[in-house]
Amino acid sequence: MAKMRGVGMSSVNYPTGMNLGGDPTQALLHMTTTGSFVITLASSDLGQGLKTVLAQIGAEALGVPFENVIIDTGDTDTGPHCMGTFASRTTHRAGNAIIMAAAEAKKTMLEVAADELEASPDDLETDGKGNIRVKGSPDRSINLVPMALAAHFKYGKTIGGRGIYFKPNTGVDPETGKMDPDSTEAHACVVAEVEVDTETGVVEVLSIKSAYEIGRQVNPALVEGQIRGGSVMGMGHALYESTNPYYPSPDHAPGGFFEYILPGPADIPEMEMVVLEYPSGNGPYGVKGFGEMTANAPIPAIVNAINNALGTEIAEHPVTPEKILRALEAKASRN
Amino acid sequence: MSEQNLDVVGQSVKRRDGIGHVTGKTVFVDDLRFPDMLYLKMVRSPYHHARIKGIDFSAAEKVPGFVRAFTYKDVPKNIYTILCLIGVGPDEEPVLAEQEVLYKGEQIAAIVAETEEAAMEAVAKTRVDFEELPAVFDVEEALKPGAPILKPWGTNYFVYEGHDCRRIRYGDIEAGFAQADYIVEGRYQPGPVEHAPLETTACIAKPEADGRITVYTNTQALYFTMDNTALILQVPFNKLHFVGGTVGGAFGGKVDVIVEPIATLAAMRTGRPVKYQFTREEEFHVSSTRTAWRIYFRDGVSKDGHIVARQVTSYADSGAYNRHTPYAVTKHAANISGPYTIPNVHVDVHCVYTNRQPSSAMRGFGVTSASFSTELQMDKIARTIGMDPWEIRLINAYRNGDIRPYQKVVEDATLVEAIKGAAKLVGHELPKWAQAMNSWDRGAATPVTVEG
Amino acid sequence: MASKIVTFVLNGRETEVMVKPLTTMQVVLRDKLGYNATKVGCKEGACGTCTILVDGEPMLSCLLPAEDVEGRQVTTLEGLTPVDGLHPLQQAFFDNYATQCGYCTPGMIMVAKALLDHNPSPTREEIVDALSGNLCRCTGYEPIIRAVEVVAEGQDSRRPAMAERRRDKEIVR
Repeated sequence: MAKMRGVGMSSVNYPTGMNLGGDPTQALLHMTTTGSFVITLASSDLGQGLKTVLAQIGAEALGVPFENVIIDTGDTDTGPHCMGTFASRTTHRAGNAIIMAAAEAKKTMLEVAADELEASPDDLETDGKGNIRVKGSPDRSINLVPMALAAHFKYGKTIGGRGIYFKPNTGVDPETGKMDPDSTEAHACVVAEVEVDTETGVVEVLSIKSAYEIGRQVNPALVEGQIRGGSVMGMGHALYESTNPYYPSPDHAPGGFFEYILPGPADIPEMEMVVLEYPSGNGPYGVKGFGEMTANAPIPAIVNAINNALGTEIAEHPVTPEKILRALEAKASRN
Repeated sequence: MSEQNLDVVGQSVKRRDGIGHVTGKTVFVDDLRFPDMLYLKMVRSPYHHARIKGIDFSAAEKVPGFVRAFTYKDVPKNIYTILCLIGVGPDEEPVLAEQEVLYKGEQIAAIVAETEEAAMEAVAKTRVDFEELPAVFDVEEALKPGAPILKPWGTNYFVYEGHDCRRIRYGDIEAGFAQADYIVEGRYQPGPVEHAPLETTACIAKPEADGRITVYTNTQALYFTMDNTALILQVPFNKLHFVGGTVGGAFGGKVDVIVEPIATLAAMRTGRPVKYQFTREEEFHVSSTRTAWRIYFRDGVSKDGHIVARQVTSYADSGAYNRHTPYAVTKHAANISGPYTIPNVHVDVHCVYTNRQPSSAMRGFGVTSASFSTELQMDKIARTIGMDPWEIRLINAYRNGDIRPYQKVVEDATLVEAIKGAAKLVGHELPKWAQAMNSWDRGAATPVTVEG
Repeated sequence: MASKIVTFVLNGRETEVMVKPLTTMQVVLRDKLGYNATKVGCKEGACGTCTILVDGEPMLSCLLPAEDVEGRQVTTLEGLTPVDGLHPLQQAFFDNYATQCGYCTPGMIMVAKALLDHNPSPTREEIVDALSGNLCRCTGYEPIIRAVEVVAEGQDSRRPAMAERRRDKEIVR
């Protein structure tokens, strides 16, 4: 009886967007005379942080401070159509829609500022701090609020924009499976180290070390959040979780958290991660969706590590202690 | 795309909703309370497969606080349309069961009452007369002759435009196997998993003075859910107003449109707000799960480590109803060759019905099982031919400009770079030829990079 | 059975409720008093989401009959939040991205408060042990543990996320 250590890896892809496309999202943007840019959506934030990340994209596209951008989401009367938050699609689709809306708004902003500053719109730039200024002459500038007031009260102009991102659904050939399923692909490579107690079958995941390539990080801290959260959910899949523990039998189905084991704070492995950015061709600032991939990639890495530790060929999940002990018995009786 | 100077994108700004979360002020569906609100609880099947002979509400109606019971006869269009709305058919799941139930926990009748306790008591006192029927739980057993047939069209599988499975046919699989030096087979069984967000599925449907209904919901997809609800209730889409967007975790489990239609119907018929929230037990026993799969691989591999042929037969356990699973099957078929370039690919993915709680979308949706099985298979191939697991993946890694088995040209591939990044992180030294690889140029001696 | 009056101190204020026997504090706080910060995760004491403090001890409000807090000090997350700014634990959770969907956050903060009130300098193991009754499905726990460490160590609340400390970037073409 021993504690056996093993290392395993996985290298995976994850597609961005609802499979086959046909999942548009729209954004509406309007600037208030108080200096806020309100981006109205009907997208759901599940906790991954779209209310933050989409405001960042909006601020970047407009060239204004993050604090000036308000994300107003979750109402079908005011927010235009969004297909939904799934398929790692929202930052990509809504982000692109916001960039389109921002371009329209920014054009009007620069026209108004140009009139106020007696310059050509082509000579103007936003400074990211709340002002629009003449390139090369920073003293000739106008703050966003006076600009908005001028637009409204002096020129009778609205500052706003509309945007949509739409990848048409081009179907699947039923004979060959020919299809265009996604907008872009993110990638990950995960290395897991485990220690297996051959007497109890208990697995400890010692470390999960990951390289994620996701096009562009909008918010590195939130990216780290997805990697950590996804890794722990993946670990749960690999080791503990099943709604039918004796699948395909439906018996002994867990009915609550006492019976269905989720990883707790004492179970988490040491984690290291590196995030690579190879901007995608069609994502907002090159973004690729990756929130689902973070739960996928660790699962086979952990099971490969268990098999590496034990010389077994366990081919299912969850790899419970019972399954490990049975696999060790089977291996012993083969030898 | 050239490197851009970005001011806000790329910054770890603090969460917009962070202060709300740490003060407990963020508002979730369960935090909303309306005067005169009613609570909806569901009468559910205790059997995996049964015919319904009759329902008797007489004892339930006597429970103090009982308001009304709903059966399928009250539902204007008693069918979930989630697949039709994304162009896939047919829809086959009833909102409330009619003559038959196909899984333990299936919805049969909805009871609304003044309090949650009264609704639960009325549910417990509802008598349903069942005739139990044989059930099937194994995907391969379900496809054998003699298995109880679960679908009105006479099979236990989803029909993909005349075929009994989703197919990928690329290259010449027999020629591929003929070229191979090794045949590596594998059988993989990823199991069903529950999303288990800390917040359970919930909605409150509230009639408004102007005749419209506002539905407060934690769905992942407001318009999708609203459209389905309108179709089921046979009302104009714009009679409904869906409000949400703040969800306490979902992971794919809040996109089945499972609480909104019946709660909205109850609100319309009673004229009062109706709340329908899953208990934790319902989340585990009743709500959809991640699909369990059974996947058979047969790979032809050359002695230098190239996978020259891949044949996969995969079975998705959709459980009792479609939900989103037929869609997952297509995504799984596309991704079962993994991020690798394989010249001859033959894939059959079956969407199979069993008498289990339905499976549906969960974080990874068809790709989780594809990644799981391809990566275990990769290690098996490596062991069989005596090759290092890093090297076998790099040898087969897809590159930009390659053709995928679904006949799309590869763009934005960076698997090689991700593998090299991980090797560097863990201090694994790759051979020189691997270090020289990149995703754009199969013949490159050095990678083309700009250190950022 | 007849309802009874229960009197207790809630977040420093004398409070009186009339409840049927065995009404849980979770129901009292949320439905009777409108204090929504205490969330509902499972209603069977398995997830820790509903944690409140009673006389400084963490208790699962979903299993706690209201009668049992008669005469005692009850603290919820609302009681931690100052009029201006944030409690150091709240600030640390915010600064260290220790919350994603926000649902487990109130329970986590209350448990952490109880820990630090009893043990102002816990080891990492002691922090993990204290938090072990609380489930989180989003964050992977590390940022939560870090947030509590930061307050325990009396550090500047803002520590850079690993993604910034170890950011590696390659751009092609």
